Amino acid sequence: MSFTAMEDIRAYCEEERVSFWEAILIADADARGVSKEKSIRTMNKMWLAMKENLDNYDRTQYSRSHLVGPEGGLMADYQEKGESLCGDFMAKVMTNALKMGCNNACMKRIVAAPTAGACGVLPAVLVTYYEEKQVSDDAMVESLYVAAGVGDVIGNRAFLAGAMGGCQAEIGSAAAMAAAAITYLKGGDIKQMMNATAMALKNMMGLVCDPVGGLVEVPCVKRNVAGAVNALSAADMALAGIESQIPVDQVIDAMKEVGDRMDVAFKETGTGGVAGSERAKEVMKNLQNRQ
Amino acid sequence: MGNIFDIIGPVMVGPSSSHTAGAVKIGNIARQLFGEQPAKATIYLHGSFAATGKGHGTDKALVAGLLGMHPDDLSIPESFELAKKAGMTFTFKEKEIKDAHPNTALMVLEGEGKKALEIQASSTGGGRIRINKLDGVEVNFRGESNTLIVYNVDSPGHVSAVANVLFQKQINIATVQLYRDKRGGQAVMVIEVDQDIPENAVQWLEHLEGIIKVTFLNVADYE
Repeated sequence: MSFTAMEDIRAYCEEERVSFWEAILIADADARGVSKEKSIRTMNKMWLAMKENLDNYDRTQYSRSHLVGPEGGLMADYQEKGESLCGDFMAKVMTNALKMGCNNACMKRIVAAPTAGACGVLPAVLVTYYEEKQVSDDAMVESLYVAAGVGDVIGNRAFLAGAMGGCQAEIGSAAAMAAAAITYLKGGDIKQMMNATAMALKNMMGLVCDPVGGLVEVPCVKRNVAGAVNALSAADMALAGIESQIPVDQVIDAMKEVGDRMDVAFKETGTGGVAGSERAKEVMKNLQNRQ
Repeated sequence: MGNIFDIIGPVMVGPSSSHTAGAVKIGNIARQLFGEQPAKATIYLHGSFAATGKGHGTDKALVAGLLGMHPDDLSIPESFELAKKAGMTFTFKEKEIKDAHPNTALMVLEGEGKKALEIQASSTGGGRIRINKLDGVEVNFRGESNTLIVYNVDSPGHVSAVANVLFQKQINIATVQLYRDKRGGQAVMVIEVDQDIPENAVQWLEHLEGIIKVTFLNVADYE
């Protein structure tokens, strides 16, 4: 069994009278020839790792290039002052996205979801929600299956790598996965989950992959914030009853087309976008001197 | 359906699945194929590994793999110091390798006596890798299944002899690839199998006539 369309997952759920997350669990157990229990144990490990990894953040540590490091700490201080324009919950989400992005750049442990560069989006949305709303661990693991199902369809129909489709494929996909997962946790139905996915993806369409010096640091760390905030706003829109006028599978196909037609300078080559800026060239020169 | 734990996962040390996690895996598989921790490693970096490897910790990751670490090991950033303690010396060089994938490393591993292995491997994305060359002979495998590698003189009968030994040990062959540098020269068999490869099967194979060297890889259920 394999899902190449969100619409197929919806139809399967209707036919088999299972929920979205169960459909993905069944498909995984089937595809890898493992028991459902074993699959859940593995997903539980991923969830535990996401929670633990956030605690490993150290605001005094810089990445090897010295481009990133203290951002998570600065945002945490600001959030604690209680003056964030986005409100307390969103400020915590932003803090956690930065912490994970910095952890990744500083060679700490992360869960690639779907990629290492986008590893902050899902924990920012899900761990923050878990901590603030006292949700059960089981529900969180279920929401990760939802995220995995969305990611799988995007991977099958389009791509999940910046080198293939630009940042829309990495942060964009992570945001779409997180939007569906949080919609599920908030009690949204499958149609709302599909709408949240579609809206999150549309709002990141065309995003280029332009890492300074080819390093997963600038602008990647901060884009995790953009992805997480976008995921929450897309979920809120879907839960409010707002629909995507373009069906989700067609949005994914459109993203594929945008990625295919994107110039190679904007696909993780470290040449176009901000990676091609004057400042980026200076940074690179300093980096070479340091090494 | 792909493996959903490639989408939620792997758990790894950052910053890059291709430049860090994949590099650890290349080092780890090189060590396994070498059979022990090498005393000396000369590592050539090609393409993007050479250009952005340092910023991604590719160098530390490759050394960590040679020390036997996996991609989620928190000691990866300290691998240089740990190598020193473990008595493994290493040097890095940049090298343009013709027709190689952008994320490619070529490692020359040396041990006690004459023991040596030259391995070229690429990190192909998402932490997955592909081994391209062993001791100069072109090969193509991913190191995701148990794999037996037999070097032999290119003359008749060796494939059937090796298959016979595997049959005796009740090991089922999944895939077989055959390579050679030239007719009558050195040949390499890459055999992926379903069961674990026991040490005594390897010893048995080593004693067959015309067999030059045998290495193997047993992939533990690392999940």
